[in-house]
Amino acid sequence: MSDANLITVAEAPDVSGRSRSLAGDAWADLRRNKIFWISAVLVVVILLMAFVPSLFTSADPGACALSNKHKGPSGGAIFGYDFQGCDVFARTIYGTRASIEVGILSTLMAGLLGLIFGLSAGYFGGTTDAVLSRVTDIMLGVPFLLGAVVFSGRLSGSEDDGVWAVTLTLGVLTWTSAARVMRSSVIAVKSQDYVAAGRMLGASPGRLMFRHILPNSMASFIVVLTILLGTNIAAEATLSYLGVGLKGDAVSWGLQIAEAQDYARIAAHPLIWPSVFLAATVLAFIMLGDAIRDAFDPKLR
Amino acid sequence: MFRYIVRRLLQMILTFFGATFVVFALMFANQDDPIQALVGEKQASDSLRAALTERYHLDEGFLTQYWYYMKGLLTGDLGKSLTGRDISEMLADAWPVTIRLALLAVLIAAAIAVTTGVYAGIRRGGLFDNGTLLMTLLLLAMPIVVLAPLAQLVFAMELRWFPATTTKDATPYELLLPAIVLATTVIATQLRVTRTSVVENLRADYVRTARAKGLAPRRVTWVHVLRNSLIPVITLIGVDLGVLMSGAIVTEEVFNIPGVGFNLARGIRTEDGPLVVGFVSVLVIIFLVVNLAVDLLYAALDPRIRYE
Repeated sequence: MSDANLITVAEAPDVSGRSRSLAGDAWADLRRNKIFWISAVLVVVILLMAFVPSLFTSADPGACALSNKHKGPSGGAIFGYDFQGCDVFARTIYGTRASIEVGILSTLMAGLLGLIFGLSAGYFGGTTDAVLSRVTDIMLGVPFLLGAVVFSGRLSGSEDDGVWAVTLTLGVLTWTSAARVMRSSVIAVKSQDYVAAGRMLGASPGRLMFRHILPNSMASFIVVLTILLGTNIAAEATLSYLGVGLKGDAVSWGLQIAEAQDYARIAAHPLIWPSVFLAATVLAFIMLGDAIRDAFDPKLR
Repeated sequence: MFRYIVRRLLQMILTFFGATFVVFALMFANQDDPIQALVGEKQASDSLRAALTERYHLDEGFLTQYWYYMKGLLTGDLGKSLTGRDISEMLADAWPVTIRLALLAVLIAAAIAVTTGVYAGIRRGGLFDNGTLLMTLLLLAMPIVVLAPLAQLVFAMELRWFPATTTKDATPYELLLPAIVLATTVIATQLRVTRTSVVENLRADYVRTARAKGLAPRRVTWVHVLRNSLIPVITLIGVDLGVLMSGAIVTEEVFNIPGVGFNLARGIRTEDGPLVVGFVSVLVIIFLVVNLAVDLLYAALDPRIRYE
């Protein structure tokens, strides 16, 4: 007891009076990181574009006049018109929603699957771990896009725009990295003293799992999910480009790129703008994930 | 080593059946009318239905169908595409150009990633290091659907440095631009791993010994450090192969290279189910075999791996 008092006294001159938590440390680090701020601002703008596109353009992405075919920038349409005479700027802005919607939903689904698999494999260990890790290995044995074209091609026979088919495909096929990260953090946290203390005090397995182990295993899991959000957005565009993603009347960057590519020799602008927006969105999420990872794990720098 | 090989082989067999089962299950998941899915958009006639049911054993149970699928895969009989062509034959026609494209891409990626990675590792924290790290971040964020069409637009159509599409017997020059595009999908990770590994190895005792012996710094870096730093990079070959396969579908489609990816993209567009599943199954098997080979190679190079 007296030792503990000594330490408190010795630390007293510290401004805050108490040591910072891991999250507090990470936040202090993040606040000084330029890349974090750049990506955070980008992400906010992208989310705004996704949920309130009318803030950015008053044009209707569905209003197209063939007489405007391949016209350059003019008046309201600052990016010009595509081969059907649609406003490229309006379609690019409205295309954000599909990407973000699919990205967020599929990442949540992958996160949930990864959480269940990783947490149970790490916490229970033994046979459970062996079986779940084998399942993860098997899923890793199918390269992502190859699995996706088989799965998504079969799913999207119906009449809708394909959002759910793509979300389901991405969710089912991309949870493995999240599961692996969750498993290894759970194994690391499980052997900490405070978990042993909790167990000796009679905490139930459920309480240990969700009160003590899970919150302390979340850091790298969240990082992986942030990066996955970026790569899933890229994957949605790739699937839409190949014709097994969003379809029909859906407004999506991947579809825009696929359409514009056939006419790239005649008019390049309908190809360039959705590409730039797609790359910037993916970059924003990957940079954000990278910055958060650096903050939580300075060793990796 | 023998025990390690046996264990990895057993794991491989399990993964092989698991992964082919996943592909098969994905194919059969959530489909109301497999025949209509096979035929595509036009209405299937009754005689066509009967013929397809017969050919694909659609009146049998799920596991029996899986058995037929596996039997076909193992005997090299992939069935016929909806266009009536033999899928194994199409695959045999498509292979050579894809392999040339992939090899060219791997060479370009390895050359750039290793040299840049070593320089970045030596000057850790410097301007060059930070610059390359930023570049890898940009590359990682570039989806192939952005990279391939834009590269074609800028370097082939505007600047006219390269041809925009390839002819049937693609020359290395025609394949160069697509190979560079494909290479960029794997450069970033290779470069980062090389750099980290060089940074770690530079601190190792054997480097200090080599320096103390008075060896030229260049020899220490490019012979002693590089050799040991390349071991982790080798493990990436397995993962990269999956990325390359995915990238090849889009790249070959964009540049009109008549390879495996091009045929697969065509099959996807025309909703040619048997073609897509046949091609994907073979690619998955190649992926697994190469990964096994890489694991064994890794264990041979780094004895620590054998004793987990």
